[in-house]
Amino acid sequence: MPKIRDLFNQLKQQNKKAFIPYLTYGFPNLGVFEQTVLAIAKTGVDAIEIGMPFSDPIADGPVIQRSSQIALEKGATLPGLLLTLKKLRRKVDAPFILMTYYNPVFYMGDNSFCRKAKGIIDALVVPDLLPEEGRSLNDHCRKYGIDTVFFIAPTTDLGRYGLIDKNSSGFIYYVSVTGTTGSRNKFDGALYKKIAAAKAKVKGPVCVGFGISTHEQVKRFCRVADGVIVGSAIIKFIDENHKQKNFIDKLQRFIVDLKGKEK
Amino acid sequence: MKLPNNRGYFGKFGGKFVPETLEYALRELASAYFKYSKEKSFKQEFAYYLKEYAGRPTPLYYAANLSKMAGLRIYLKREDLLHTGAHKINNALGQILLCRRMGKRRVIAETGAGQHGVAVATVCALFGLQCEVYMGKLDMERQAPNVYRMELLGAKVIPVLSGTQTLKDACSEALRDWVTNVNATYYLIGSTVGPHPYPVMVRDFQSIIGRETKAQIKKKENRLPDYLAACVGGGSNSLGMFYPFFHDKSVKFIGVEAYGNIKQHGASLCKGRVGILHGSKSFVLQDKFGQIEEAYSISAGLDYPGVGPEHAYYKAIKRAQYFAVTDKEALGGFKVLCELEGIIPALESSHAVAQVMKMAGDIKKNSLVVVCLSGRGDKDLDNVMNYQNSHK
Repeated sequence: MPKIRDLFNQLKQQNKKAFIPYLTYGFPNLGVFEQTVLAIAKTGVDAIEIGMPFSDPIADGPVIQRSSQIALEKGATLPGLLLTLKKLRRKVDAPFILMTYYNPVFYMGDNSFCRKAKGIIDALVVPDLLPEEGRSLNDHCRKYGIDTVFFIAPTTDLGRYGLIDKNSSGFIYYVSVTGTTGSRNKFDGALYKKIAAAKAKVKGPVCVGFGISTHEQVKRFCRVADGVIVGSAIIKFIDENHKQKNFIDKLQRFIVDLKGKEK
Repeated sequence: MKLPNNRGYFGKFGGKFVPETLEYALRELASAYFKYSKEKSFKQEFAYYLKEYAGRPTPLYYAANLSKMAGLRIYLKREDLLHTGAHKINNALGQILLCRRMGKRRVIAETGAGQHGVAVATVCALFGLQCEVYMGKLDMERQAPNVYRMELLGAKVIPVLSGTQTLKDACSEALRDWVTNVNATYYLIGSTVGPHPYPVMVRDFQSIIGRETKAQIKKKENRLPDYLAACVGGGSNSLGMFYPFFHDKSVKFIGVEAYGNIKQHGASLCKGRVGILHGSKSFVLQDKFGQIEEAYSISAGLDYPGVGPEHAYYKAIKRAQYFAVTDKEALGGFKVLCELEGIIPALESSHAVAQVMKMAGDIKKNSLVVVCLSGRGDKDLDNVMNYQNSHK
């Protein structure tokens, strides 16, 4: 069984929820990126989501846009990402979830991409791919043992939950806000009920992401979902601190504070 | 075969490549469009505003002097005479009537040169709707008069600072706004690009160009033209001209892209590769890792690294031929029309004129050619002056 479902089954048995940090590949540069992955892996996160930078990231807010632009200027490419993760794979146990817009994958070819990503990437998230358009990529992912993740948004109507569930072999990514990535002070009050309702309707695990930036928010969402994804808050922290001494220690503390200590 | 199919595909091009958040909005838009656009009251209202407000029908003018020089029979479809100075108003009117029926009170748009932004600001003023236009910061500097026009019309122009600060980034930013404010907002896309149903909807609203042309040329020449020529950025004036002639196999379509300074250009169909940009699959200018490249042309309206999926389909089935014309050649077309016909064309349209002049020796003498003069050139005078000063 692929690694991602295994992970959620294990967590469920232990009555735990997944904490998944997001990092932009190649940000703030290729070298520091590798160090951040290793540092974060040591804090005991359940999986690491790695974002492939794209020139036109329409689902991302200013923080991830900026990190993507910087990473591209530093020479981030999709083949480069696969090489780097292949190397890191030997030192990191946590599953790698790749987030990429569709064009870089499409350019490489669905089959060719999946063949190269096999054994490196455990799951794939494509924010501009609906399940209806993702059939070919989904088939190739299955063939090479890569889990797929599709989204439920606040605007998704109930009629599509089945389709999204069926196509998401890893987990379902519940988008917490109608909007782009980036921290929010407040969430819609009805959101927690909506997530609980979604969980009741689908078979696969549900993780919540977009806008989550504090430990309180992490705790709150973990009560209703199977896990949370934190992105922009971490990127912002890296952006502001990577030139400082003890950056790695600080980053690890920041991650531990976000996810909370093991009970 | 129905084009596009229910999933918005023209052959293998088109589709809906968007975040899940927009899935519902696009379905809502498609069903509203296919419902209202068939209704008699919608058609009547659209026809009324096209005639009384925009100034249709536009003349199909026989360019006698140009014809004589080229050894062809050349007609110009005068979209440049429309209110706001370009064909963009056709689509803006069509979509704003749809927006009103959908009950949305806030309208957003992207703009490059500002022509589409001005058209949207115009129709929003007309119908009392809130209007916000995204425009790359670089484009705002290059097209300052149009920024002021939009503001006079009551629109808010929002500078886009991300990426290359041009049209493609304005598009991305407008999509992000729509993802955020999807329930109350209508996104009025200006060309035959974007996710389904935009490419088909914009093409339909612009088809008035080709339908009028067909009736006019039959009356004047008692036959169909041999060639239709139009410039292609996103592709709306060209598809508006071509589409009504799709089944008239004797009519050849000539699409003209911007070849810029050759090193940098906007020739997605001639020089790009199939990819996904702003919600649809089509030809895209991109590097060897699938990152979108910056487009360039002296004409801001052709300065886009993608192109409408229906054009990609026409290219694939060889229904249209596509050429690329350089800045320098386009300026040649610009001058020739100024001097021979007393018409100052938009630099976009000048590309189509230039291509016809280039082809003149190679095609049959006295062939009947219609050129879509998509806009007027007043907006470009500064650019032309600057170019001529720097290339002396």
